[in-house]
Amino acid sequence: MLMVSTGNNAVAAAVRQANPAVVAAYPITPQTEIVEQIANFVSKGSLKAKYIPVESEHSAMAACIGASITGVRTFTATSSHGLLYMHEMVNWAAAARLPVVMANVNRALGPGWNVWAEHTDALQARDTGWLQVYVASVQEAYDATLMAFRIAEDRRVYLPVMVNLDGFTLSHITQQLDESRAGDFIPPLVLDHRIDPASPQGYGCMTSSADYFLIRHDIERSMRDSRAVIRETEDAFFKSFGRKYSWTEDYCFEDADVLIVSMGTLGKEAEVAVDILRKEGIKAGSMRVRWIRPFPDLDLKDRELVVIDRDYSFGFGGILASSIRAKTGKECYSVIAGLGGQEVTYDDIASFVRSRRIGTEFWFGVDA
Amino acid sequence: MYEIRLHSRGGQGGVTAAKLMALAAFRDGKYATAAPFYGAERRGAPIVSFIRIDDMPIKIYSQIHHPDLVVVLDPSIIDLVNVFEGLKSDGKVLINAPEVPEKAKSYNVRYVDLTDIALKTNLVVAGSPILNTPVIGALAKMGLFSRESASAAIKEMFSDERNLNAALMAYEELI
Repeated sequence: MLMVSTGNNAVAAAVRQANPAVVAAYPITPQTEIVEQIANFVSKGSLKAKYIPVESEHSAMAACIGASITGVRTFTATSSHGLLYMHEMVNWAAAARLPVVMANVNRALGPGWNVWAEHTDALQARDTGWLQVYVASVQEAYDATLMAFRIAEDRRVYLPVMVNLDGFTLSHITQQLDESRAGDFIPPLVLDHRIDPASPQGYGCMTSSADYFLIRHDIERSMRDSRAVIRETEDAFFKSFGRKYSWTEDYCFEDADVLIVSMGTLGKEAEVAVDILRKEGIKAGSMRVRWIRPFPDLDLKDRELVVIDRDYSFGFGGILASSIRAKTGKECYSVIAGLGGQEVTYDDIASFVRSRRIGTEFWFGVDA
Repeated sequence: MYEIRLHSRGGQGGVTAAKLMALAAFRDGKYATAAPFYGAERRGAPIVSFIRIDDMPIKIYSQIHHPDLVVVLDPSIIDLVNVFEGLKSDGKVLINAPEVPEKAKSYNVRYVDLTDIALKTNLVVAGSPILNTPVIGALAKMGLFSRESASAAIKEMFSDERNLNAALMAYEELI
């Protein structure tokens, strides 16, 4: 059905299509609308899930873990401090190999208290074993949420997936949405290692170094296997619904001399900057990184890179810029912009490209 | 691309008006984005929403600095905020007021008393006149979207027919 929707409501609508058995959540700005809408679906009977209004985000993830280990589909949503608060359980869900799906509405971390967009919240969870995808439109928020369930629950993966959308910039804006019926796109979940609630038994004892080492290795093996699952799922999604997604969204990529690399809504704004730069004779292109875990294989050849980070790892650098350097061996012009919802326009992005100094870092609004 | 900045006060329905504008444009076959700007404001404080309408998918998520149209739901905001800032030289203004406010006289202004229309049609919630549906009628009259798409958008979001009645009255009464 064609309609208009906010980013948050698109996530909730996709969750209803995925039909989870358990949703456990705690509200936090700017995510609240997602769980509010899901609670609304449950109370009106259009989603037959058990909705557990827990007392904290730590409990939200713990409840999802408890439900998921019985082999049922689970969902939660959070943001910023909520994600930080559940961090212990976020690690647990991955290592217990549970296909929990979570929407994280990217928001800055206090203090100073700030509710606007930044990616540092989710990127602080990048080493937990969760798959992470970043979206840039209301439609993509819907589509990525649907695909997240199929990817997480695939036997070759059995890892949780986090769908990230920019706080307010995407969560609260209204755009058109094709609320495609999921049909049989997401197969029933069969969790091989589920616990039978009628005869509950599990193993949570001390694990030897040797076994623990194998468990960790197995997470990475599945993370590597997830690449094929992601590709297959995105191909199947295109066949079913006609919308194409990949590791990155590229724009004017092939003949580009200089490439703007970014994540989230800034990646769409960057395409407008590319149009402006091309008119000036600068052969620019854009690459919006969608998946940060697993990190895509990139072949950027000899293009110059302008990497925009809406995040930061103190004492090291922009997290996306650091990842690009590590994965491609290429230096870049590292722009730090948009933290705490700082406004970044297409004109600003075009100016980053014009004044690029490869090998340096530039804090937008601070550095000259 | 047509860019609109909407000025209202928190609680007046500016956010819903922006959504309705996006929906009406969408029903016209256009692409649209409605982006309320959330600051630290609360009920009663001046707030802005940004609406973009285009024939192509919209990729811009930043604020609108040079609007084609400025919509003012509460004329008292004109004394607090420079609502005309950045307005394009051929840009238009729509104000909810019984007459053109002094500060707006040098601009290309259309006006209609939406507050009066809301009161006349009994479109009042918790003592406050509702402005977000009547303004859609006035915008349809200005050609932002068709009267049919405006009606369809209002009916999609509100079952209470007072909303559509008020919008159609604003359509007729726009000056």
